[in-house]
Amino acid sequence: MALLEVRGVGKTFGALRALGGVDVTVRERSFHGLIGPNGSGKSTLLKAIAGAHFANEGTIGFDGADITTATPAERAKRGLSLKFQITAILPELSVYDNLLLAVQADQSLWTLLRSKSRAALHDEVMDLLERFLLADLMTDLAGELSHGQQQWLEIAMAMAVKPKLLLLDEPTGGMSPEERRVTGELLMPIKQSCALVIVEHDLDFIKDICDHLTVLDQGKVLDDGTVAEIETSARVQEVYTTRV
Amino acid sequence: MAPMAETSISRPSIRKPRRARGGVIPVVEWGLLIFLLLYPFAVSYLTAGEGEPDFNNFWVIRVTTILILAKLAISFDLCWGYSGIMSFGQGLFFGLAGYVVAKFAEELGWLQIFFVVPIGMLVGLLAALLVGWFLLLGKRTPTVIFVALGTLTASYAAERLVAGWLWVGAGNGLSIWDFLMIGSYELEPGLAFYYVALLFLCLVYLASRYLVRSQFGLVLAGMRQNEERIAFFGYRVQVYKAIVFSFAGMIAGLAGALYSYHEGFVGPSSVGIGISTYAVLYGLFGGIGTLIGPVIGAGVIETLRLFLSDIDAIKNYWPVVLGIIMLVVVAYRPTGLLGLIVSERERIGSFGAPLRSKSSEDGASARVERVRVERAGADDGAA
Repeated sequence: MALLEVRGVGKTFGALRALGGVDVTVRERSFHGLIGPNGSGKSTLLKAIAGAHFANEGTIGFDGADITTATPAERAKRGLSLKFQITAILPELSVYDNLLLAVQADQSLWTLLRSKSRAALHDEVMDLLERFLLADLMTDLAGELSHGQQQWLEIAMAMAVKPKLLLLDEPTGGMSPEERRVTGELLMPIKQSCALVIVEHDLDFIKDICDHLTVLDQGKVLDDGTVAEIETSARVQEVYTTRV
Repeated sequence: MAPMAETSISRPSIRKPRRARGGVIPVVEWGLLIFLLLYPFAVSYLTAGEGEPDFNNFWVIRVTTILILAKLAISFDLCWGYSGIMSFGQGLFFGLAGYVVAKFAEELGWLQIFFVVPIGMLVGLLAALLVGWFLLLGKRTPTVIFVALGTLTASYAAERLVAGWLWVGAGNGLSIWDFLMIGSYELEPGLAFYYVALLFLCLVYLASRYLVRSQFGLVLAGMRQNEERIAFFGYRVQVYKAIVFSFAGMIAGLAGALYSYHEGFVGPSSVGIGISTYAVLYGLFGGIGTLIGPVIGAGVIETLRLFLSDIDAIKNYWPVVLGIIMLVVVAYRPTGLLGLIVSERERIGSFGAPLRSKSSEDGASARVERVRVERAGADDGAA
């Protein structure tokens, strides 16, 4: 069954038509890559899915519900989680507190006011800190981490809400090759519980971890298929060899 | 549970989450509490000279007023310092509660503190709920300036309303001729009222401190840094703001009820823009986002006001002097008096893990390296 169904989604900014009728289908627990040249509408599409802005046309279905005009908070409650392109960690809070904030998001207001409840979440926070290699840094301010570590913290925060679908906007932007490799390894275990939509420039990275690719060009779907299909697609070859 | 088999990271000794110990703020808190506990006796003996000390003297009564206004300062800090609500409405909740308890005293003779304090809190809470509902819970996310102007307008409207309404004394306000009662004990301004006001200040302080240091407070801390990010987690930011705003209104109401009885009077000046602005000044001067800062701010500003308005040469100009001091503080020390001694890190605080860490970045990269080696080994084995 399809977890996310994007049907004919379009988005215009004034005179600029950033997206023109895009269809994307993401199945449960699959890793789906969105690729394409700069300005092809990848991030715009991701933001429309996340609710950072609304599509002008078309519908977005998620887990059996229409979320085209749902607020970000409503989407989050349904199990959609986003990691921003520009890191949106909370720089003046400790790494631990950043994650606690993410982990406790599904708790009731009443629980948050009780003093005992944070101890109950401790194991969950520590578990995420371990998985994303941040346990030793948990008392540091998030703003003091290295760029790569901040990205991992963000992925950990996005995973903390136990999403059904995680949206990643350029997770390896500005990372060293080594950090990219580790990021890929950190992402693989997510597949057990969650689907992934990932926007990325680094084709090698995306080929390694994705099952399925959608290639966007000038706001339209250029091609769509498995990694092997896309790699041999003549149309994609053309765009990538002539323009990139 | 942790996927230990998968990563084969040896789990380091896990530190239980606990509050950060130490720091400057607890020292200030305890210092101020001890000072306030001893102050009435110290000042009474110092001013008595040779004769018997009078514990209900002028200096005890004036500082009681400050203790009451300090609660107003805390209520403003909860709004602006912790939730980003620029409220010029704290005076509204303060004065409204004052009027209601004064009216109950006048019409029905209900003077018991066990009635007066809860009714003051209830009035403040309901008024703040109403204002907060209008200003914060609308369809569109309100801007800071919208909320500031909205609360300012509400304060101004209330001031004009009571100033022209004969039933509540119009421009003359209402006088309370009786004392606040605890059982059959009359609580006249002086030593006893001082300690009652101090007790309520401690209760308000502890409740507020609990709130802002809870996980609820963590959400507020996150909101202050990036509201949009917090909304993406699924937190309803405006609901959190409305809750804090209502709680702060309740505290302002409590202060207003005590204030009316302590001064024996409530008038348009205690419901309007003037008192609301003082609440803002206490906060900004003392240092917002610390709770203790605004309490100190209230103390310093009210003491200055007391002395400046007593000097003949500047009797009529002292608000100007106060204004200049404020400008200097806001321009050069936006974090207020407390900002001089409290670090930003301590002010924001820590909610889960301990503040200090023995580990270093080297430790982390060593761990990353270890995982890499182990995983590479596992891959080789699989191949």
